[in-house]
Amino acid sequence: MTMQSLQLKQLTLYLQQKCLLKLDTQIAPGEILTVMGPSGSGKSSLLAAIAGFLTPEFKLEGQVHLGNRRIDQLPPEQRGAGLLFQDPLLFPHLSIAQNLVFAMPASTRDKQEKVSAALMQLGLAGYEQRDPETLSGGQKTRVALQRLLFSQPQAVLLDEPFSSLDTDLRQEIRKLVFDALTKAGLPAVLVTHDQADADAADGRIINLQDS
Amino acid sequence: MVSTKDLKAAQALAPWLLLIFLAIPVLVGLAGVLLPSIGYSSAADQQALSLQAWQSLFSTPGLFHSVLLSVIPGLLSALIAFIIVFSFLATTSGGRTLNWIRRMTAPLLAFPHVAAAFGIAFLLTPSGFLFRLVSPLVSGWERPPDLLIINDPWALTMTLALIMKEVPFLLLMALAALPAIQADQRLAVARSLGYQRSTAWLWTVAPALYPALRLPIFAVIAYASTSVEVALILGPSLPAPLSVRTLSWFNDPDLSLRNLASAGALLQVAITAATIGLWILGERMISRVLAYYQQSGQRDFGARPLALLGRTGFIVTFSMLTLALVILIIQAFAGRWRFPDSFPDSLTLGHWRAQLPLLWDSLATTVTIAVTTVLIAFVLIVLTLEQQVSSARVHIGTGTHGNALTRVNHHHIISRLLYLPLLTPQIAFLFGYTVWLEKMQIPPGLLTVVLAHLVFVIPYMYLSLADAYRGLDKRWPMLAASLRITPARFFLRIKLPMLIAALLSSLAIGFAVSNGLYLPTLLAGGGRVNTITTEAMTMAAGGSRSTIAVWALIQAALPVLGFATALLLPRLIWKNRRGMKGFMQ
Repeated sequence: MTMQSLQLKQLTLYLQQKCLLKLDTQIAPGEILTVMGPSGSGKSSLLAAIAGFLTPEFKLEGQVHLGNRRIDQLPPEQRGAGLLFQDPLLFPHLSIAQNLVFAMPASTRDKQEKVSAALMQLGLAGYEQRDPETLSGGQKTRVALQRLLFSQPQAVLLDEPFSSLDTDLRQEIRKLVFDALTKAGLPAVLVTHDQADADAADGRIINLQDS
Repeated sequence: MVSTKDLKAAQALAPWLLLIFLAIPVLVGLAGVLLPSIGYSSAADQQALSLQAWQSLFSTPGLFHSVLLSVIPGLLSALIAFIIVFSFLATTSGGRTLNWIRRMTAPLLAFPHVAAAFGIAFLLTPSGFLFRLVSPLVSGWERPPDLLIINDPWALTMTLALIMKEVPFLLLMALAALPAIQADQRLAVARSLGYQRSTAWLWTVAPALYPALRLPIFAVIAYASTSVEVALILGPSLPAPLSVRTLSWFNDPDLSLRNLASAGALLQVAITAATIGLWILGERMISRVLAYYQQSGQRDFGARPLALLGRTGFIVTFSMLTLALVILIIQAFAGRWRFPDSFPDSLTLGHWRAQLPLLWDSLATTVTIAVTTVLIAFVLIVLTLEQQVSSARVHIGTGTHGNALTRVNHHHIISRLLYLPLLTPQIAFLFGYTVWLEKMQIPPGLLTVVLAHLVFVIPYMYLSLADAYRGLDKRWPMLAASLRITPARFFLRIKLPMLIAALLSSLAIGFAVSNGLYLPTLLAGGGRVNTITTEAMTMAAGGSRSTIAVWALIQAALPVLGFATALLLPRLIWKNRRGMKGFMQ
């Protein structure tokens, strides 16, 4: 996979004429940019804007580039920006293996083998046919992360991904996610209100109140 | 495999088709009765402005009486049903009975008007089940008493039957609206301020719930004040309610009576409008009175009457409907059954053997019409809702803002027009629709009936499907797109399977509505399309009770089969997926 950076070029986000935020920055491959701010500051809307889900009451100016592709005019499914939410959101009607295979590009080879190998690494060997609902919270988040990686994103957007986890589990999963992102060389934007998340991300922090 | 491009083209077209199917028959139909009523009629070869039809309408003997027999049952049945539903909710809210009731209400709502009316007739007629139960021991009657209960001149039995059918309808509508207004929190706050449960409900939940029930109540008034099928079975005949008389003018071999029928149909619209107007007037007065008492601080205001009304009204309604079903079943298998005997001497399959060979054709027609109607409605509604979902999301910088606005617009038009066919008296626009078909030389048949059924099926299916769509977490499509899954693939592989329970239940609702329609089938089919419902109505005039019971049971069984499938199938498919439980109603 080629290493690409995520560039937010003179991004200005408006909510009904009111300017919510201004950003002009570049996130290098493997870097995690943390965006903090109180609710209503537009931090989740920033992720929606990058991923392509802004509702009509918002307006976005500026450009978003991923490597040398301009993505802000593409439909969401062609942008290559993977989302990780607070809830793991495993498709409840699909088995664990079906969830993972569903995310793989059609051209992927040996899908089942890749699933089994990944589950083994996650400590979930033999879980292929399991109902997602029978997994613990931590296990679900692991599968969700693996599903995201299988979709071969070129950037990752994290929307408070750890806030639904217990404190002791949170640290472990946080490390797992951040290590995976760095290892894959993916630029990431982390939206959070938990200072510990920001500290663990160990990167630049943008506080939206200051902008 | 559907490509995203195909899906988009179909999506763009669907809302407009939906609007056409929904509104055109109603509008064309209303125009089609307006013109003949003022003298322009191709059937009677008149082409000059004339108020003769109106003059002859107003000089018809007993017209005022017929009008009253439309207004009073319409207003009274809606009012009593509303009071029962609200008092019942007030006394049971926050309790466990509600969930159980919700499950029981849906199948009772599926009980078609025609079958229910026959059941109630068999129950209440002097030689019927209730009189048999008390005879001769309690009443001393050896022979059926000479009482005019069915077809009573005050239309009380008819009103009663209408209430029985309206209570489950309003109750389901209310139950669907309750979560959105956070009823449980409201109730908790008011109770913590010391208000008794039903008083708390009355002051905090009812005011928020009522607006959601207003249109359904108006639909109930429109139906009850113009219903033909219930009136034909249970209503008075000398004079009959206006709807029944209008229908007989329309069906009269003397075509000149068509203009009279058209004027009658329009009067029907005015009556419905006036009845709804009366309701609104009453609404204003009562809300003022209640506003005064709300400030009184009395912690148990109305608690006892509410409990009494709610419980008895509910028990009476549900036991009457259940008894109506039971009596239909007994009657369909009854051998010899002399009057004071509570139960038949013997049971027989004879009625079924005699009727089943006659049933098949109508059954096939019923199912063909219902399945065609429901599938057309389903595809159009789902595509329309998909269009709304995709237009709620704007791709930045592609200049689609203007487009999104026009798209959102037809959502508003559709959601407003949904109630048009439910608020317009059926009889009014169906006449005009039939006249128009004749004029365009479109032969009445399955197709014209399907078009007429779409008008009534679309609103109910749209409301239930829109609910299902709203229920789906917005993050699913985001997640899927971020995993590079195309909208078409998301729709087929994620949305359809996840929403299967809700989708099937909306199909079952559509099927039940189509199955129960009498007047639209009769008029749009030119009397030549025979469904179970129209055939059962034909028997009202002269069929034996057991024959009628067989047909009524078949009519009632069809929607039950639909709802049972919609309930069981998803549970079977997803029995190994616990996470899918939240998606089953």
